[in-house]
Amino acid sequence: MPASSSTSVGLSGSFGGLVARRQAEGTLVVQPRMGFADPAKMRAGLIAAKHARACTVGTITLDSYTRMGDHASVLAALDRGDELNGYPIVGHGVATTRSVTHGVAERDFPIQVRHGSADPRSIVTALLAVGLDATEGGPVSYCLPYSRTPLARSVEHWQESCELLAAARTQDREPHLETFGGCMMGQLCPPALLVALSVLEGLFFVQHGLRSISLSYAQQTSAEQDTEAVTALRRLTAELLPDVQSHIVIYSYMGVYPCTPAGARRLLAESVRLAVATGAARLIVKTSAEAFRIPTIEENVLALEEAALVASAARDAPAPWGMSAAPGTATGTGGTGIYAQALALISAVLDLADDVGRALLLAFSRGYLDVPYCLHPDNAGRSRGYLDSAGRLQWQRIGSMPIRHLAEVPAQTRMTSAGLLDSLSFVQNKFDHAGLARSIGS
Amino acid sequence: MSTDQSMNTQQGNPLAVVVSGLSSDAHTWNLVYMQLVLEELGHTVTNLGACVAEEELAARCRTIQPDLIVLSSVNGHGFQDGLRAITALRECPELMTTPAVIGGKLDIVGGDPTMIGQLLDAGFDGVFTEPQALSAFRSFVAFVSDATVETGAGAGEPSAADVRPGPATVTSPVGA
Repeated sequence: MPASSSTSVGLSGSFGGLVARRQAEGTLVVQPRMGFADPAKMRAGLIAAKHARACTVGTITLDSYTRMGDHASVLAALDRGDELNGYPIVGHGVATTRSVTHGVAERDFPIQVRHGSADPRSIVTALLAVGLDATEGGPVSYCLPYSRTPLARSVEHWQESCELLAAARTQDREPHLETFGGCMMGQLCPPALLVALSVLEGLFFVQHGLRSISLSYAQQTSAEQDTEAVTALRRLTAELLPDVQSHIVIYSYMGVYPCTPAGARRLLAESVRLAVATGAARLIVKTSAEAFRIPTIEENVLALEEAALVASAARDAPAPWGMSAAPGTATGTGGTGIYAQALALISAVLDLADDVGRALLLAFSRGYLDVPYCLHPDNAGRSRGYLDSAGRLQWQRIGSMPIRHLAEVPAQTRMTSAGLLDSLSFVQNKFDHAGLARSIGS
Repeated sequence: MSTDQSMNTQQGNPLAVVVSGLSSDAHTWNLVYMQLVLEELGHTVTNLGACVAEEELAARCRTIQPDLIVLSSVNGHGFQDGLRAITALRECPELMTTPAVIGGKLDIVGGDPTMIGQLLDAGFDGVFTEPQALSAFRSFVAFVSDATVETGAGAGEPSAADVRPGPATVTSPVGA
């Protein structure tokens, strides 16, 4: 990564360039999830994020009608004055969106458009038209969990979208694309597969013209295991994507969130420390309102400022679990083998075809990639993850994934409905109950 | 799919169950959970996954000919989406009397007292929305399972306890 980050030439005005500059300064970039249908409120949210006491970038999260490409429903809702769960960038049109970002988006405050679509072509066209050039997703990560779109169609749509983004490159404009592959399903996907999907989608982006990308990883259930995973992701990025500008982005936990404010803050803080300890450049935060509803602008600002404070403290202190990186991950020989499993998955996929998109399709049809608990028709659905007694995500079944020689799979366990509920609420309980124990003890 | 097979009748009969999400709902953990609950009760599940439009739901159920249809939704649109789904199912002659239930978090406010009645009137045989609904759901499934006896056609009444009418008796996927 250090080598790849230094290749920015004339990119300082773009998303990836800004993040690289902040990383060089030793500052973690923090970013909200935020989207409002009302243009004035959307602008207010961006301005609040910009002026938060933290090093921030902006977010425009789109609504689910726009995600599905159902722009007629957007227009009908706007006509009726109905609430939408995000900003409809296609429906609002260029002039309105320009009035939202004008004077807010600038060199030191780039804005990323976040959507969740398996067909983002109209979204990419809309964001480029207003002068934005950063977005996120991926042909696998925005198809399998949230849609019924056939994977082959998603790959085509994403190839076109990458080409649209890449074609907008100018001397001082470098479009940026982040893979959501490291966040698949939010929870219960063992880290090696998250790392592999993140890298594979990054390779897909680069094959279709992107030169500035970020690779994601969502905080899971064990800080130590997450540290090993992100270290593996950084190493694989440096090895397989050496010629593009890239950085790592961490997502605060995406599963069932703690109910108590203190539990939510502790979980956020742990994700910040993960980002700092692993040399990630950017963090997508969650708020203490997350378990109940869509957070307000103010709650987002509080989360951003809290994350910045924890990051600043963590920079000067060793990681709380006593290691700055998991043992052996630098060489790939130790740890729990996340690097080796991820590399085996990536290699097996890339061996299937020179074209990354085609390789991904073949890999899913053969079950070489098989996302646990994912019900999409193009996912084999033969793998399972589970939480071991130490709170680490492990494989329970690997289906046809080519990691049999690398993964320990228990002989006779199976996921029960009660076990699934326990696993899904493990993090919520752990962080909420830590507060309970403290208040009882005090 | 409609293959007769010998049944283990000790605890009712294994059912062929379709579990499905609704058109606007991308959530899937609820569907995975319901599949595990039903499999633990000895039934065979075809899980259609998230964002299933009512036309697709009806088409898949006509092919599968399940003994029970379980719809689950948690995004707050389940009431509206569920009404459309059950209407589409009941318009298919093959599915007019197939036991069908819906559950989860079906509206945004969680308090419409007429919602359950409207869903039942539209053709559902059970609506499960309370925190303690899982116990009631298990009891319902046992009821269907016990009633799905090794005889031929049911009476054809649109009751939850009925075997769906037709030439096949109890069905579950071959080899289940």
